[in-house]
Amino acid sequence: MELLAYVREAPEPEDPPPTLTSGALAWARANLFSSPGSSLITIGFLALIVYLLPQLAAWATTRAVWSATDGAVCRQDQDGACWAFVIAKWDYLRFGSYPFAERWRVNVAEAIGAVLIVWLLWTNAPRRAWGALLFFVVYPVLAVILLRGSSLLGLPIVDSLLWGGVFVSLLTAAVGIVFSLPLGVLLALGRRSSLPIVRLMSVVFIEFVRGVPLITILFMANNLLPLFLPERWAPDRFLRPLAGIVMFSAAYMAEEVRGGLQSLGRGQYEAALALGLNYLRMMGLVILPQALTLVIPGILNNFIGLFMDTTLISAVGMTDFLEAMNNAIKDPVWAGPTIMVTGYVFAGIFYFSCCYGMARYSAHVERILAKGRN
Amino acid sequence: MDPARGAKLSTWLNDQRVRAAIYQILLTAFIAAVAALAIYNAVINMRARGIPTGFGFWNEVAGFDINLHLIRYTDLSTYGQAFWVGLFNTLLIAVICVPLATLLGFAIGVARLSPNWLLSRLAFVYTSVLRNTPLLLLLLFWYNAVLKSLPSPRQSISIGEVIFLNNRGLYLPMPVPTEQAVWFAGAVVTALIVAAGFHGWARWRQERTGAQAPVSAVVVAMIIGLPMIVSAAAGAPFAFNIAKLSGFNLKGGLQIIPELAALVVGLVVFTAAFIAEIVRAGLLAVPVGQSEAAAALGLHRGLMMKLIIIPQAMRLITPPLTSQYLNIVKNSSLAVFIGYPDLVQIFAGTVLNQTQAAVQVMAITMAVYLVISLAVALALNFFNARYALKER
Amino acid sequence: MSRIIASPDRDPFADAAIRFAGVHKWYGSFHVLKNINLTVGRGERIVICGPSGSGKSTLIRCVNRLEQHQRGSIVVDGVELTDDVIRIDEVRRDVGMVFQSFNLFPHLTILENCTLAPIWVRKMPRRDADELAIKLLTRVKIVDQAHKYPGQLSGGQQQRAAIARALCMTPRIMLFDEPTSSLDPEMVKEVLDTMTELAQEGMTMIVVTHEMGFARQVADRVVFMDAGEIVEMNAPAPFFDHPQHVRTKLFLSQILH
Repeated sequence: MELLAYVREAPEPEDPPPTLTSGALAWARANLFSSPGSSLITIGFLALIVYLLPQLAAWATTRAVWSATDGAVCRQDQDGACWAFVIAKWDYLRFGSYPFAERWRVNVAEAIGAVLIVWLLWTNAPRRAWGALLFFVVYPVLAVILLRGSSLLGLPIVDSLLWGGVFVSLLTAAVGIVFSLPLGVLLALGRRSSLPIVRLMSVVFIEFVRGVPLITILFMANNLLPLFLPERWAPDRFLRPLAGIVMFSAAYMAEEVRGGLQSLGRGQYEAALALGLNYLRMMGLVILPQALTLVIPGILNNFIGLFMDTTLISAVGMTDFLEAMNNAIKDPVWAGPTIMVTGYVFAGIFYFSCCYGMARYSAHVERILAKGRN
Repeated sequence: MDPARGAKLSTWLNDQRVRAAIYQILLTAFIAAVAALAIYNAVINMRARGIPTGFGFWNEVAGFDINLHLIRYTDLSTYGQAFWVGLFNTLLIAVICVPLATLLGFAIGVARLSPNWLLSRLAFVYTSVLRNTPLLLLLLFWYNAVLKSLPSPRQSISIGEVIFLNNRGLYLPMPVPTEQAVWFAGAVVTALIVAAGFHGWARWRQERTGAQAPVSAVVVAMIIGLPMIVSAAAGAPFAFNIAKLSGFNLKGGLQIIPELAALVVGLVVFTAAFIAEIVRAGLLAVPVGQSEAAAALGLHRGLMMKLIIIPQAMRLITPPLTSQYLNIVKNSSLAVFIGYPDLVQIFAGTVLNQTQAAVQVMAITMAVYLVISLAVALALNFFNARYALKER
Repeated sequence: MSRIIASPDRDPFADAAIRFAGVHKWYGSFHVLKNINLTVGRGERIVICGPSGSGKSTLIRCVNRLEQHQRGSIVVDGVELTDDVIRIDEVRRDVGMVFQSFNLFPHLTILENCTLAPIWVRKMPRRDADELAIKLLTRVKIVDQAHKYPGQLSGGQQQRAAIARALCMTPRIMLFDEPTSSLDPEMVKEVLDTMTELAQEGMTMIVVTHEMGFARQVADRVVFMDAGEIVEMNAPAPFFDHPQHVRTKLFLSQILH
């Protein structure tokens, strides 16, 4: 007879699960072969991978040419990558036509920049405010002096025509972020302002810049800036695209910061006002520190995008890393089909590693911030 | 000054509204001054360098060649006509790339969520790699390393002697309508009308009696089947013009220039990675309770997707998706780097260099993109307002 | 007040609504349901209670195959639950479920929420479906909200709408998974009243809840689950007044103070 009332006498034994529901075999059954269609997909792609992957790996390693003085070897042996080309051209890819004797200046500038960035981004670093001050105010001046030269300090002037390669890409991206962040904050505050004209100007600027391609901004800066300024102030050929990049990045940065300001909630504003803080103090001490921390992942993503966008400055005559690679490929000493493919693949690996690395860091920061908020 | 008047002045200055007004007046004055100075300098510089200040160049003869023009363009065409050629070429890219990127993006986005581990991992690799690679690199790779390395026209790669691939482009058979094309067109139109009618009738019948009809199957069969039957009966609607080697080049056929191909492939592959992430985020954002409630009511997977999941996901997907469509239009400007004759390459490139009318040319070019951006933003706002989920 | 009378020479559950026999379930290597044996008679109202993590939600979600059991058998209305999709759909048509987080479809009006399944699964004409929905919405007393969207309703109204939606499929069994746990206190009563009315009309119900007042008033049997196993089971009065097992006593002392 079925039980209406029941009291347990002894606890049930803890049984291990049946073999088909846990362990590697069960995992494979559930994730790879859960249905006929799924099994077909698994088999198909596995076959493809088994066929392609060894070929690609061999192309990049065992069949590659690692050392040569010109393209002849690579032209003969077309089965593998021509890494010898990249190795031979590495100096040009790093520095462009920057004079040999002065390249130490580029290295110093990059090293200082790297130290400052690590200081800023390392979540537990001490006195990060000092790092920020150094990075955003002192470093730009220092870098310009180092890279361009100054007759006062006995550093020979190096015209920006000679600059090229990786350091130009890094420099462009760094300048872009350093200057677009404060500008973006101003624009974001302006867009949320209660003063109608301020808001109008901010909106017009942001929507204008976001609505047009970066190339047109660069063309505009390149062609129009010399026209709008008096002859004596003719801006340097590198300064023009830099200005364009800063403008472009600032508009997108403004939208990120605005998102952060919005998500902060009215409570913070009201508490600050209730404490008697005026606008500047409220923004500087309460609102912006929180908002900026919130959007650090967004800012980092902007930086990744900016780093990829620096490839466009070759349209206005500056030699970034990709353009340097393009030039290197055209060298008749090294001409050949595998050289071209190798060059582009290497460039791809370079950009991917930098950007993916930054993306992982950004995700890491996001996780830490999420913990802090809850 | 009499202290009472002094106090009045300071209270007036400390009034929030007065301060606001003063700030704004100062700001406007500042911007107006900068603008005036800039314009003044511009006019002086332009006069000094002999740069035209008006739009007269619009009607001057351009004198350069364009290798892809959807409208008539000859040696005697003007700069204005070159503008239109460039604009249409830009729109052509958008029209081709938007559907392709959407299809590929949705496929990869769904693959990311597939229960098949291998498929979802491969899709993840795709999106990770492509979102962290510069678009320009993709374009250069496709254009230089792949398309430009193809053999010359005399040694074209051919598929079945009707399709040819060489470094001048992809040559497909060009369909030329015959006399029987009219029947074909009529069949297509009829099929569409009947399909729409059937759909409406099926819906009416379901309202009245609850019975369901296999609408999708019938519609597809109709749209594909009817024109085929009519073609078989009346005769082929198209004759095909196949490219033939003439001298050093191929003549005839439908030529797809490598610049176009590289731009389309690059843009589609690149944008699809971003669309995939948007689709994935949209589908994930639909709470799992929705599919549980639908399952508990007895809805099977297909109905569940169609009635519950997809309508909710689309609300979340549409805004960022249109943003990506705008990106396609803006990114097409990278045509400058591989010589595809789009608006920027023709107008802000060649025309600007030849006429030196930088201010006018840039203003017009940017205005075009702004109009497109604005139109899309307005359409999106309208869509959002109509379809937003209603809350208290 | 139990309507099932036990007597030694008659099996009161010959026509059982749900029969669990030796049911085990694992999440990975975690043994979440251990040898569940339970029979629910037609028209019977069962309340399942227990600490969180005891497996009670998992148990009722196995009834309409939102969760799969790995060992043992579950027979619902004479249909055994296996991987057979047809059988699963059959069972889901006759079993209604109300969720803790309501799970109303936000892009449809309340009326459309209710008529969706009758139209698409039971293939009812729209007019009949609308009539049925209006009738049930009236019964749960929110018919004036029929053309609003779920986001425009309060929590209590949403849950009553969810009950109406489940009832529109004319189920023979109703499952309630902590239906009032997400509600503000002042709205709990309106939902419990609705459920009590439903019980009084003879619906077979399994309710997972912490609302002991409801259990005492409405249940035919109260089942106490802990750590994946059924620990004690009895009619409400003896269950609350004279719990036998030490774990039951501990749980009740924590809940009822």
